[in-house]
Amino acid sequence: MQDAKMKEPRVSDAPMIEITDMHKWFGEFHVLRGIDLTVKRQERIVICGPSGSGKSTLIRCINRLEEHQRGKIVVDGTELTNNIKNIEKIRAEVGMVFQHFNLFPHLTIVDNLSLGPIWVRKVPKKEAEENAMYYLEKVHIAEQAKKYPGQLSGGQQQRVAIARSLCMSPKVMLFDEPTSALDPEMIKEVLDVMVELAEEGMTMIVVTHEMGFAKSVAHRVLFMDFGQIVEANTPEEFFDHAQHERTKLFLSQILH
Amino acid sequence: MATSQNEAFIEKVPFWLDPKKRAIMFQIFIFCMVGLLAYYLVSNTMANLQKQKIATGWGFLNKESSFEIGESLISYSAASSYGRALVVGALNTLKVAFIGVVITLILGTVIGVARLSSNWLISKLAAIYIEVMQDIPVLLQLFFWYAIFYESLPSPRQALCPVSGLYLCNRGVAFTIPEAHPAHKYMLLALAIGCVVVYVIRRWAKKRQDLTGKIFPIFRVGIAIIIGAPLMVWLAFGAPTAMNAPQLVGFNFKGGITVSPEFIALLLGLVLYTAAFVAEVVRAGIQSVSKGQREAAMSIGLRPPLVLNLVILPQALRVIIPPLTSQMLNLTKNSSLAVAIGFPDFVSVANTTINQTGQAIEGVALIMAVYLVFSLSTSAFMNWYNKKVKLVER
Amino acid sequence: MEAFVQEKPAEELKPPITEIGVIGWIRNNLFNGWFNSILTVVTFFVIWKIVPPFFRWAFVDSMWDTTGKACRAGTGACWSIIHSNFRFIIFGFFPYDQQWRPLLAMFILFGLLFYSRDRSHWSKYLGYSWLVGLFVMGLLMKGGLFGLESVESTKWAGLPLTLLLSVFGLTAAYPLGVVLALGRQSQMRGVKWLCVLYIELIRGVPLISLLFMSSIIFPLFLPEGITINKILRAQVAIILFTGAYIAEVVRGGLQAMSRGQYEAAESLGLNYYLTMRLVILPQALKIVIPPTVSILISAFKDTSLVVIIALWDLLKTTQSVLSNPQWMGFSREAYIFIAILYFLGCFSMSNYSRKLEKELSAGER
Repeated sequence: MQDAKMKEPRVSDAPMIEITDMHKWFGEFHVLRGIDLTVKRQERIVICGPSGSGKSTLIRCINRLEEHQRGKIVVDGTELTNNIKNIEKIRAEVGMVFQHFNLFPHLTIVDNLSLGPIWVRKVPKKEAEENAMYYLEKVHIAEQAKKYPGQLSGGQQQRVAIARSLCMSPKVMLFDEPTSALDPEMIKEVLDVMVELAEEGMTMIVVTHEMGFAKSVAHRVLFMDFGQIVEANTPEEFFDHAQHERTKLFLSQILH
Repeated sequence: MATSQNEAFIEKVPFWLDPKKRAIMFQIFIFCMVGLLAYYLVSNTMANLQKQKIATGWGFLNKESSFEIGESLISYSAASSYGRALVVGALNTLKVAFIGVVITLILGTVIGVARLSSNWLISKLAAIYIEVMQDIPVLLQLFFWYAIFYESLPSPRQALCPVSGLYLCNRGVAFTIPEAHPAHKYMLLALAIGCVVVYVIRRWAKKRQDLTGKIFPIFRVGIAIIIGAPLMVWLAFGAPTAMNAPQLVGFNFKGGITVSPEFIALLLGLVLYTAAFVAEVVRAGIQSVSKGQREAAMSIGLRPPLVLNLVILPQALRVIIPPLTSQMLNLTKNSSLAVAIGFPDFVSVANTTINQTGQAIEGVALIMAVYLVFSLSTSAFMNWYNKKVKLVER
Repeated sequence: MEAFVQEKPAEELKPPITEIGVIGWIRNNLFNGWFNSILTVVTFFVIWKIVPPFFRWAFVDSMWDTTGKACRAGTGACWSIIHSNFRFIIFGFFPYDQQWRPLLAMFILFGLLFYSRDRSHWSKYLGYSWLVGLFVMGLLMKGGLFGLESVESTKWAGLPLTLLLSVFGLTAAYPLGVVLALGRQSQMRGVKWLCVLYIELIRGVPLISLLFMSSIIFPLFLPEGITINKILRAQVAIILFTGAYIAEVVRGGLQAMSRGQYEAAESLGLNYYLTMRLVILPQALKIVIPPTVSILISAFKDTSLVVIIALWDLLKTTQSVLSNPQWMGFSREAYIFIAILYFLGCFSMSNYSRKLEKELSAGER
């Protein structure tokens, strides 16, 4: 992986995402316990942790795929409440890439990408398709434009999924374990695309186990356990000088 | 060298060990057995028919039927031929099937969606309905509704009147309908023109959206036109509100429309039964679309109606339509049970014909042929639909 | 960039009161959103209007052990019609003092079914027990041996007849269906088309037409002097009908088998018969057990159609009670009663099928 990247976010900008004392319950189960997190513009954060720690739930709360019961979430100045208008505004600015891609199997790749711009941003069809082709080129998959998702490999589908989110010109990209469902030989092509995205200055929050990616691209690495952010630090400090007991235990288990 | 090796391979295999020849011999054997069986059955049948002096052939279709049919869409009397009687029966079957299919589709879809509702009460009630209605034989349900009419409803003189103009009694259900008026013709015309106009507007709106991106509220406008156009015509004619209400004359109702208890019982039984199966098909179809599809659609900012229209429904319909057409076919086949409650559908009329002419073979063959036509056309449609919407995969 | 290390322990709090417990449940399940709230209110209203009067009719004002006349004088449900005619509804014309025989036969059937529910009991011995059980049941019904008085099949009626038609129907239809499915998959064109013809023909016509055919036309197929009794005719029609549906279901199972299985068997040198018997069918039939149970449920419901050809199954015995002047007019009660019987039977079978499906798919991981 390449090393050239913008390490320092622009300090003068307002934060992109601000989460204050956020709690979430699934029934009786307290899944997120007092999350405080601020993400600056163009900052790249990697969240890791054991399964069940709430990391996926955390990012799903940011675009309201899950609803939080206590605390405050503010995305680019708009607070996330039950207000439909706020939710839609936030969803248009936040892009999400899922573990299982979730491409629309009944539409061609191009149609998958132009669906959002046409129906949400009300862009003319031709313009939407040109936009789509632009992003398909970016993720190096333009030649598959007319195909259907079922005809592509996992790695190709995930790259298309990334392009689909980019077509909406989001300000933040959330990644929920983007490579966990991929065969090993396809992980690199997706990570490469994510690195290129990072180099262009996209604000990213990535839930992943790919520690190499974290080391080379992230500004901060967060470790979550039992619904809390246990430790957060720069990648160097995090991997080499972890401080909390649970962090050390986790790292010993995954880095062997 | 090579040639001698080849010759060594192509040895003569006795034909009784060659798999291909064995297959052919086996098939010849099977065909002979089937043929022998058929011959045996047919010769017995011919002998028996001769003995009992039963005619064969299709000549009976032109003979006078000398039985009455309770309800008919075309004119018919006891002097009409058997052929005509059978046509009346077939039309009655189509009538029940058509109305039944429309109502079942609506009811079944509503119940299926209700089953998936986030409202616990509605969801549980739908589940109970589905489970109970599926587990009681349809014939029993038919008898039950028929018995309700005969035992629980009063005579026409004391008919139940839940709303003014609607009468329930043991002779059937009598509705009030609007008095025939020239305006109706024009209203129908307006409706037809409205549909065409909406279709045209849809195409224009789609083009416009492709070009400029602006979305036209075609749904609301379409509904407005389809309801509004006939409404305008009605108003133009002075808003005629004269109704043709059923009046009690002597022992029965005259005027309005009366529907026989047999028809209502058949329709109710078939619809309530089949709707439970349709509800399951709809539910399974909607659930077959993975949760992630909805989440992905919402993440790119689509509103719920668009998520449904653009992402969920296209995928759900692919899963729903094939078993749905099976259920519609089942409804049509089950309508044959009309013979048990005296509604003159095709099987019922054919049964009477068989009883009177004794020509059972022709009669049963006719019944099977008619239903085969329904089934085969439904199969053909399903195959065509499946090919058309098949998801393209590796 | 600040580093952060968590100081506080991960304390677990209780969710807000409106989220959990009874209040939370009500809020999330009955009143989430204005549409649902309206629906809930309207539904409660409708239930309130219907259920109490029904309850009054069925239980409070009802009569359980009176004569028909007394029932007519009352306003409630007349369950006495069931009480007084119970033995006739269930057993029909079977001689009164011999009715312990069909009762015992049914107990044996239910016993075997109950035992077979647990898949760990499935073994060769269970198969043999079923065969023996079926034989004993037939014996109990027919009699004529071991000192049992012979009872003509014309006297078999009611619930035993319904069960007989369904159980024997499915048992005989199963091998027929398997053979048809294999034939349809066969490479031999002639055999394949014969099977396709049969399956599509039978599936395309209503059962009633086959029942008509069996009751009117089968006698014509036989040479003079030989007759087959009515029950057998209906049974054959049900077998022919059910066989076609089983064929389609088994075909689905065969198509789900990967080519690799056929190839492995071939390379072991197994011929067609052995391949099918030892390798393909055991797997394919296991896969399609749930849809097969669903065909059994349909067969059970479809036996009610024999009332149309005047066979005395459960539905017909009930109807004949209703034509008795003393008990005329209480169709609702009578039909509700047998509806409950059918429902119990079908519901337990469909429940079982759902349970099986879960078990089988869990085993496929």
